[in-house]
Amino acid sequence: MESSKVIHAFYNDDEILMDAVKAVKAEHHHIEEVFCPFPVHGLDKAMGLAPTRLAITAFFYGITGLAFAIWMTNYMMIQDWPQDIGGKPSFSWIENMPAFVPIMFELTVFFAAHLMVITFYMRSRIWPFKKAENPDPRTTDDHFLMEIPVHNNVDELTALLTKTGAVEINVVDKH
Amino acid sequence: MYQFSGKLKTFSLALILLGVIGIAYSFLTAPSTIQEAKDIIALQSSHGSDHGDSHGGEHEDNAHTKNYESTSGEHNSSEHIDQEMSAHGAHNDDSHAEHVLHQLQNRPWSAFYVALFFFLGTTLLVLAFYASQRVAQSGWSVVLFRVMESITANLVPTSVIMLIIIILSAMHMNHLFPWMAEGTFDPSSENYDAIVDGKSWWINIPGWTIRSIIYLALWNAYRFFIRKNSIKEDTANDGGKTYKLNYNVSVGFIFVFMLTETMMSWDWIMGLDPHWFSTLFGWYVLASLLVTALTVIAFVTIYLRSKGALPGVNDSHIHDLAKFMFGFSVFWTYLWFAQFMLIWYANIPEETTYFAARFNEYKLPFLAMVVMNFVFPILLLLNSDYKSIPWFVVLGGIVILGGHYLDIFVMIMPGTVGGQWYFGIPELSALLFFIGIFIFTVFSSFAKANPIPKANPFLEESEHFHYYNIEHRGEGSENHH
Repeated sequence: MESSKVIHAFYNDDEILMDAVKAVKAEHHHIEEVFCPFPVHGLDKAMGLAPTRLAITAFFYGITGLAFAIWMTNYMMIQDWPQDIGGKPSFSWIENMPAFVPIMFELTVFFAAHLMVITFYMRSRIWPFKKAENPDPRTTDDHFLMEIPVHNNVDELTALLTKTGAVEINVVDKH
Repeated sequence: MYQFSGKLKTFSLALILLGVIGIAYSFLTAPSTIQEAKDIIALQSSHGSDHGDSHGGEHEDNAHTKNYESTSGEHNSSEHIDQEMSAHGAHNDDSHAEHVLHQLQNRPWSAFYVALFFFLGTTLLVLAFYASQRVAQSGWSVVLFRVMESITANLVPTSVIMLIIIILSAMHMNHLFPWMAEGTFDPSSENYDAIVDGKSWWINIPGWTIRSIIYLALWNAYRFFIRKNSIKEDTANDGGKTYKLNYNVSVGFIFVFMLTETMMSWDWIMGLDPHWFSTLFGWYVLASLLVTALTVIAFVTIYLRSKGALPGVNDSHIHDLAKFMFGFSVFWTYLWFAQFMLIWYANIPEETTYFAARFNEYKLPFLAMVVMNFVFPILLLLNSDYKSIPWFVVLGGIVILGGHYLDIFVMIMPGTVGGQWYFGIPELSALLFFIGIFIFTVFSSFAKANPIPKANPFLEESEHFHYYNIEHRGEGSENHH
């Protein structure tokens, strides 16, 4: 049965938070979420989060952009209406290729950048008018919050978290 | 302290010896008379090789001979006509044979000059990169300072050899620089070249020689000073005074370097094609040499680390070097393409001849270097994990080094030997000669000083340098934060 309560432990320093995460992991408790006002270097490693694959998606988006640019320049300038524009050779794509490189470059970057950002928004579930999910407004200013699900072990967890230097510990209903 | 092993020393001396033998052989076998040149042309035609074909061809051949002619300054218009006629007809015309003779005589010189410039320039850029690291007060590279300093030890022998080549060229011992030919600036001479004469306020033998000597002197002066004072820094204990002095001198050097590097590229490389000019050429040469320099730093670092001589160097340092190799490979491509595309697009004849000569007679090296210097490093070094794997960096680095040797080759050869190029004994032995000198000077210099610049204020930071994204092999994650 899924627990309906979670414990919220507050910290006011990222170094203490890091040590607390390591201590909680060492006791084999599952950390549901950590809320921070700014990126804490090494937190993902300490929590054991899998590395992001965003860069890999960007690479493939870039390849897509490059392919699109090659197809577009070839279709427009060589296949559809091959005009003589200022003596530029339009007999085959490769002959006029240097003139297309700026387009190829820009579209590669454009596709890689924008599609990666959109992928990021989708995977992170961020969009306009989305309801904010922070459990306590202080986590956007100067506090760090660690959220741990409770399985009839409130006292044990509270003792552990107090020892790690939590400044405030609350047991709340899961939102 | 690092011990320069006897094995490596013997190896480097063997390379130098092998190189000297090959260089001597290539000078001795270069043709000295027109008759010998004719024999070689006849041999080429009968073998039906590329070179023979290009001289026996018809219309296209005419165009490309002209292209070569207009990039070299030593032929007047009357010879031009002979040239065209001989290109169409038989090979018994003397002016054509004389032209080929000059190219064949240039070959051992050019082969040596390509390797010399490659090593001198690379060493110089290691020095400039080192100065930039001091000026930027970079935190990561301090443990590599002694590696870079040792590599710059190669600047001394290469500068001395360059000085000799400069003096020999100025004394008309070779035909490397067409504008040095007798009568180029003399209106009454049949060698007179009005276009080059218009530039004689810059390219004249006394000015060129003096400038060349000044460049070499300035670079070597900085290298002498900074090496001495960097070692002094270790034990100075004067509240950072020596460190600040080194910083200030490095700032001055960066300024001097940018000026001298640009002018050096005009004098030593662009002067080989005195009819041609390009505004971003200095940057282009800089980019090429900078990639090579970073690759060489990475190679020496990886080698010394594998010998246990660099205790402070971890995978993140290798990762950073590989990142620089990657980044400047792209920078090189950007400049290469910017120079090519602007000329290709506008297609002004006086500029286009430069690329026409290269595209007609050097197609394979010209196109291969784009693959080697751009496509290969892009695909190989894009992945963050790969950049910290030494053998991967070495694999990418070998291709980058080969590609930039080709780059220098394609800069120099078309103006000096034209269609008579080949990668054979002269080129290979010159390379071996300079590789031998490089190994000998660099590693004996590294053995002479403490491999760790002890008193540098950024040493601590450099030893704990860690790029967050990579896992270090052989180290726990708790070693770094």
